[in-house]
Amino acid sequence: MKRLFPVFGLLTGVLLSYALYLALVVAPTEQTMGDVQRIFYYHVPSAWTAFLLFFINFVASVVYLIRRNMKADVVALVAAEIGVVFCTVVLVTGPIWARPVWGIWWTWDLRLTLTLVLWLIYVSYLMLRRFSSSGQTPQIAAVLAVLGALDVPLVYFSIWFFRTQHPQPVIGGGGSIDPRMLHVLLINWAAFSCLAALMFWSRYRLEVLKREVEDTQALEALLETPRGSR
Amino acid sequence: MTYLYAAYFATWAIHIGYAIYLIGQYSRLRDEMKDLQSRK
Repeated sequence: MKRLFPVFGLLTGVLLSYALYLALVVAPTEQTMGDVQRIFYYHVPSAWTAFLLFFINFVASVVYLIRRNMKADVVALVAAEIGVVFCTVVLVTGPIWARPVWGIWWTWDLRLTLTLVLWLIYVSYLMLRRFSSSGQTPQIAAVLAVLGALDVPLVYFSIWFFRTQHPQPVIGGGGSIDPRMLHVLLINWAAFSCLAALMFWSRYRLEVLKREVEDTQALEALLETPRGSR
Repeated sequence: MTYLYAAYFATWAIHIGYAIYLIGQYSRLRDEMKDLQSRK
């Protein structure tokens, strides 16, 4: 697996470069918004990738709560962390796109607000994992993750069921998209999914190593403690 | 075009920032592992 990592990294780099070229050069210019619409090729795939990672976090948290499996706990933590990275991209690129198109950076529209709440839920999850020293932290975090995941379908379907400032979905929501734009969108999503997989792989290995080192340090500290003071 | 480049730049800044954070964590962990091995 270690040998595959650089190969996968190289392929991801090539795919991301190709996706960038498609987004900036090949994709047709949208008639109403002009070139600024190309933010779409980074904004939407980042949102889809974040949703996917939060879903992985949800499944891993359920598995952890049922089986107390440590691998599931690591998967949940890593998925939440990388999900927050992608959700941050969504929350940053969205206002940059909104400013020239809507004339405002932000509005307390349902979808935007729910996306911000989603980000805050998973940041809270990561803070809990980082700063709580209780032995029950993984269980509490898993419960928070299961409850937090309820916000994902709310974010996704908010534009279907409520009138919002945010545009309708481009796929499956009655909206239409030029096939060339759809092609570029899907290539960008594939590229960002590969990047997320690469980050996941690195972060998973890091977390496993970190836990091994912490266990060894704890064992050493126990062995070094004089008998009388135990 | 400024907004477009700003959005793309921000995206890569976030991803590169996270990659730098991971590299920092790896190097810190490597030091701790060396320290543990030297104490054996």
